[in-house]
Amino acid sequence: MTRFLQATVEGLSLASIYALLALGFVIIYKSSQVLSFAQPAFLMVGGYATSYIAVTMGVNFWLSVVLGVSVAALLAATFERVAVRPMVGKPVFSVAILTIGLDISTRVAVDDLIGVNIRSVGDPWGFNTFKLFDAVVQTRAVAMIVATIVVVALLAAFFRYSRTGLAMRATALDQETSLVQGISVGRIFALAWLLGGALAGLAGMFSATGLGGLSQSNYLLALKALPAVVVGGLDSVSGAVVGALIIGLAEAYTASYQGEFLPFLGSNFSQVVPYVVMVAVLLVRPYGLFGTKEVVRV
Amino acid sequence: MRGRPQLFTSYQSDGAMLRTRVQWLWLALGLALLVWLPFVLERSDLILVATTFVAAVGAIGLNLVTGYAGQVSLGHAFFLAVGAYTGAALSGDPEGSVIGLGLDMVLWLPAAGLVAALVGALVAPIAVRLRGLYLALVTIGLVFLGEHVFRNWRELTGGIGVGREPARLNLAGFHFDTEGEVFGISMIREQKIYFLGLVLLVVMGFMAKNIARSRIGRAFSAIRDRDIAASVMGVDLTRYKVVAFAVSSFYAGVAGSLLFTVTGFVDPTSFSLVLSVLYIAMVVIGGIATISGAIMGAAFVTLLPRFIELGSGSIWFLGEGGGLTTGQLERILFGVLVVVFLIAEPLGLYGIWFRIRNYWKAWPFSY
Repeated sequence: MTRFLQATVEGLSLASIYALLALGFVIIYKSSQVLSFAQPAFLMVGGYATSYIAVTMGVNFWLSVVLGVSVAALLAATFERVAVRPMVGKPVFSVAILTIGLDISTRVAVDDLIGVNIRSVGDPWGFNTFKLFDAVVQTRAVAMIVATIVVVALLAAFFRYSRTGLAMRATALDQETSLVQGISVGRIFALAWLLGGALAGLAGMFSATGLGGLSQSNYLLALKALPAVVVGGLDSVSGAVVGALIIGLAEAYTASYQGEFLPFLGSNFSQVVPYVVMVAVLLVRPYGLFGTKEVVRV
Repeated sequence: MRGRPQLFTSYQSDGAMLRTRVQWLWLALGLALLVWLPFVLERSDLILVATTFVAAVGAIGLNLVTGYAGQVSLGHAFFLAVGAYTGAALSGDPEGSVIGLGLDMVLWLPAAGLVAALVGALVAPIAVRLRGLYLALVTIGLVFLGEHVFRNWRELTGGIGVGREPARLNLAGFHFDTEGEVFGISMIREQKIYFLGLVLLVVMGFMAKNIARSRIGRAFSAIRDRDIAASVMGVDLTRYKVVAFAVSSFYAGVAGSLLFTVTGFVDPTSFSLVLSVLYIAMVVIGGIATISGAIMGAAFVTLLPRFIELGSGSIWFLGEGGGLTTGQLERILFGVLVVVFLIAEPLGLYGIWFRIRNYWKAWPFSY
């Protein structure tokens, strides 16, 4: 039971990172119909900028989180304006490949800055733990889960109640009609990328609080959030959160139990579990759990 | 139809392999150049060009499924890996530490393609249910799952960091990987591999062109342009998607089995998502749904590092203490080039060639 509880907390903290990343993917996809493969780059930039401001420059941690996340968000908005905007109306897939190009270039630069040393972000949680029943829980896990709940609630409120949120939903529904209604669709695109970059940057900051710190391989997290997006459905905001929960818990339980019960699947099988879950879900529901089915007219 | 080469009066001439005499002339000139090239190039460049030929075979395969049939696949690295390991296992040393059967190239080269094609046909039914980006994402999953299997299957792959020897190039007693005389001309190992790649590319290229211009290719294009309309016209979607994946994987398998013979070492981590992205880039940069475009794209992507290496000496910020190594610069430039290409020239290198050709066709009245 202790082990189960431990794995559950692990899974929830993983799920919270995946949820942040998945929300970034979905918000960008919904408003601008672009599947952004540049999220790994924003993750790395957010993590590195926070680390640089907090550790190298010695600024207060909370302030550096805000600044670091802003750097990632601004980079995303810049990419949108410079590279993605000219591609409006081009095939979805060409734009997706373009974002891969952006991702490669950015990550090479960030990797060079990070170097081979593992960086920390100077977070106040460190490796502190406390006991919940019998399970040892890391303080950072709680911080991640709480932060994600807050972010998700804020985003939901933003989309639900604010005028800009309404404009974003309208744009997601129909770009031309929203344009006619006086919504600046270009500004909505920029805002969507800003949000997507910020969410990925925040996830990057959290990923760097772990034992491994911020290293060049942290970007893989963003690729593992893709299954969460797909499981939930590419264009569903609530689906992204549900998908992240499923993927995160599945990964944590596998990490905890697979070595004992299914050793033949090989070491580190938990790392590929997200993809297994993704394929399994898509076989049953080709548009994810909450994705919109494409209307077929003959 | 002398004087009006673009006027086609029959379906046969419209669907011909190469439609005009000028195209045949270009092909002959190009081939003559490629036959002459290995006798003047240096060894290291020779290897690069030979790798280009093999990569082009793989890119043609990806273009068949992604360009012609419109089924976006980011899983090409996985099929390359299947081919590479099939070839290596069938030809390897039977007494070695990893699986090896010591078979001849006559057997392992087709087998590498066929096994990959079989795997492709097995994966295809999943693809049939999915559309657009969902398919692209599932194929990403395929790459990660495949990498996991190859990392853990040490009897076949040697494991991470150890790797294994790739397929051996023994064709019915003829050794491609040693120096020796061919038709009375003394050739080094690299020259032999070069010609092997060239012959393979020509054969596979014409095969692909045949697929593309025949009934199957037209069915592919119909599916790409509008799958519902295609199925209304009587194109069996499931069947042709399976065929597309199988054929594409066959090409990937053949290319994969030869891709690492030049370096003489194949590691399970080589087949990551990065490799898939490289092949997608070849197709996109070269030109979607053209055979010659895939070849141009493969040449561009494979030779780009060499040109950056040559050019980096003359760029000011790359001198001593410039901060970035050539490898890093190469990857940054690669990313930027993909972006610029997609924004500026969606038809790729083929599109540029197309415009230059049309400019000169109407010269001096080209406006």
